[in-house]
Amino acid sequence: MSAHDNSAPVTQPASFAFTPENLKKAQAHIAKYPPGRQASAVLPLLDLAQRQHDNWLPRAAMDTVADMLGMARIRVYEVATFYTMFNLKPVGTHFFQICTTTPCWLRGSDEVVAACKKKLGIGIGETTADGKFTLREVECLGACVNAPIIQVNDDFYEDLDGRSTEALIDALARGQTPPMGSVTKRQTSAPEGGATTLKDLSFAGGKR
Amino acid sequence: MPKLTINGNAVEVPAGTTVLQACQLAGFEVAHFCFHQRLSIAGNCRMCLVEQEKAPKPIASCAMPAADGMVIHTDSEKAKKARHGVMEFLLINHPLDCPICDQGGECDLQDQAMAYGFDRGRYIENKRAVKDKDFGPLVATSMNRCIHCTRCVRFATEIAGVEDLGATGRGEDMEIGTYVERTLSSELSANIVDLCPVGALTAKPYAFIARPWELTKTESVDVLDAVGSNIRVDARSGQVLRVLPRLNEAINEEWIADKTRFALDGLTKRRLDTPYVRKDGKLVEASWADAFTAIAARLKGVAGGRMAALAGDLADCESMLALKELMAALGSPHLDCRQDGASLDPSCRAGYLFNTTIAGIEEADACLLIGTHPRWEAPIVNARLRKRWLQGGFKVAGIGAPRELTYSVEWVGAGPETLADLVAGKHKFVETLKAAKKPMLILGQGALRRRDGAAILHLARTLAESAGLVREDWNGFNVLHTAAARVGGLDLGFVPQAGGRDTAGILSGCEKGEIEFVYLLGADEIDMKRLGKAFVVYQGHHGDAGAHRADVVLPGAAYTEKDGTYVNTEGRVQYGRRAIFPLGEARDDWTILRALSEVLGHKLPYDNLRAVRRRLAEVNGVFGRVDEAPRAAWGKFGQDGRVEREPFAYPIADYYRTDPISRASPTMAECAAQFGGAARTGTHG
Repeated sequence: MSAHDNSAPVTQPASFAFTPENLKKAQAHIAKYPPGRQASAVLPLLDLAQRQHDNWLPRAAMDTVADMLGMARIRVYEVATFYTMFNLKPVGTHFFQICTTTPCWLRGSDEVVAACKKKLGIGIGETTADGKFTLREVECLGACVNAPIIQVNDDFYEDLDGRSTEALIDALARGQTPPMGSVTKRQTSAPEGGATTLKDLSFAGGKR
Repeated sequence: MPKLTINGNAVEVPAGTTVLQACQLAGFEVAHFCFHQRLSIAGNCRMCLVEQEKAPKPIASCAMPAADGMVIHTDSEKAKKARHGVMEFLLINHPLDCPICDQGGECDLQDQAMAYGFDRGRYIENKRAVKDKDFGPLVATSMNRCIHCTRCVRFATEIAGVEDLGATGRGEDMEIGTYVERTLSSELSANIVDLCPVGALTAKPYAFIARPWELTKTESVDVLDAVGSNIRVDARSGQVLRVLPRLNEAINEEWIADKTRFALDGLTKRRLDTPYVRKDGKLVEASWADAFTAIAARLKGVAGGRMAALAGDLADCESMLALKELMAALGSPHLDCRQDGASLDPSCRAGYLFNTTIAGIEEADACLLIGTHPRWEAPIVNARLRKRWLQGGFKVAGIGAPRELTYSVEWVGAGPETLADLVAGKHKFVETLKAAKKPMLILGQGALRRRDGAAILHLARTLAESAGLVREDWNGFNVLHTAAARVGGLDLGFVPQAGGRDTAGILSGCEKGEIEFVYLLGADEIDMKRLGKAFVVYQGHHGDAGAHRADVVLPGAAYTEKDGTYVNTEGRVQYGRRAIFPLGEARDDWTILRALSEVLGHKLPYDNLRAVRRRLAEVNGVFGRVDEAPRAAWGKFGQDGRVEREPFAYPIADYYRTDPISRASPTMAECAAQFGGAARTGTHG
């Protein structure tokens, strides 16, 4: 489910303030819009706040953004609750967004989900007790050519199956950061095992 | 002016009209939920789908501007089928709880489901469940019933000016609410109950009380502020059960303030339903004859100059007239309807009216608020000011303690010296007033009910004259009253007659023993201790301050129980109508005075309501012009004098408890507790 789950109460921090660095970035975003249209900067500012705040957006941050942009707070809540990319409660250090939309599902996302659940011992929408991993099921991430995929924070891990998913989790748990992209080592979305067409590029003056 | 064809009829509509409105103009009703002519267009319920020829699919008529050459069918197969589909979708998540829903019988969804509903459901999944929200003591929520029309969100944002409500989440998870735990802090909040097309938002104090078809409906006017909002009083078996707004474009459009709507449970509490006479220091129940005899006995031999009368804030004009004429017959010049001591000048009508008129606010382009907090004194006027402000090009400045008024106000000062500066041209806002095409000022009771009130009134008049507020075609001088009886009292001359004392004079006369008889016509807002040893007759409907002090209590009728004339702050004469009969032994107020006059040997010359009203029109012609706000002639009023430095104090300390009725109301007490009355103002956001 890609909806916000509001069932469990969240301990909210009392206040939020942008770091000086982020404040400068925020002001740069605001400056992009004509006077009186500052509200247009709400999405980039919320994203900035989320990045600063351990990948989740506390209410204090939404209030800060609302006040900075001269918006009613409810208008910011509306935006933040509409977009599922804003996390409204704490998430693990490694935030797993597993795509289960048709192409990924056809290519075996069920196996990927099962591997995550088994390895981490948690269900979808849950966070491990050590606060390292959070699982979420999401709709299409737009990398269908390399299905199935998981987005871990900002990185895509592609061409996964059960075993490679477990390996990914192990590596992350060890503190390593495996290289993003296809885990089968293919070049972007080129055919597995190398090129099958355009092997001879001499017609264009190339070698291969 | 686009010309279009609707169901085969050619119609021409004003530019900017939507297809839905064009259909209505042509006489074809189009079912809809989210569209409301006073709110912005949302276009999200899809119920108003109609067929447009050459369009690939049905169009949402509420969001489609009418254009030249359109051919619209509102009842074609395609349009009907589209609406049937929309209705089926709306009903998917709507509970089938009409039998226990307060909206039942007056529900848009119920009515339209009769026309477009399917006789069985095809949906076999689970319905969604939504947690109910806490909107405070006035609005009950049942969010499962919500169809997401967002009328309440748009009302709160646009009309009430408290951006607290929103739609959070998306798709199936969308919910209407405040997101954070917060009630809706607006004096107009309960209008969302009327706006809600389903039973998601209902009136909490009215929960499970009655069905609409059981109620007798009486068209009347509100008296709990000086706006004179038009209301419909719904009653059943001798009890007023609810008050709803009635459309009047000139006054309240279709909104009413929360106090107007919900103070009615005060009408059943602390009521005076039988006469009382004080015996051995205690009020004991008495008959009308005993009460009148007690008054007559006490008055025997008392000179007219030692009697006085005060009229309260809720008094109707008929009873004030009767009391005035009775006092005149008794030879007393001491009477006053300004129990708050406001320095209103009765000699010039334009000097105590809201001359611009409420609807006229929409033409103004600059406004100065002087010692007034319109959000509490007249929420409906405040809503008009906000409406004007939203249209742009409307500069507002205020003199007084800053308050959140739901539009931006430049607070230029706190007291009379700022007003004096403006008159002297020393403040730059006077330039704004002078540059404006239709400038206005609103003078509140906070500026007038003080010792230097007359001087402030004079200053305001000078400012109005010097800054071009008063012209042939425009009068921007406005007094905003807080009491429904005030303008009427001034119009019929319920003020000190030649050599008479005003409220302050009467009170000090009582203290000194120079006044020994005081007749209080519903006057509760004076300091009762200052009445000294005077013999006090209290005529009214609630056991408030006046009745506790009285020596004789005469039970009168509340505004829902009598036919009464009221003049609102604009000077508009309106008739309130009887919805139920007065409680117990209580009687219509003017008839009490008429009966008393006979006992006292000064029989008043009217025996029925028509005769009283005829007499009213003789006293002042305006009483013959009902529902009009005739322009009053400009003149001299106020008194040049020194002003004090003390800042203006607003007259209302607690919006929810301003008069005997609202003070007796448990609902209003709960509101005062929840919204904090005096302590909190504005939106607290």
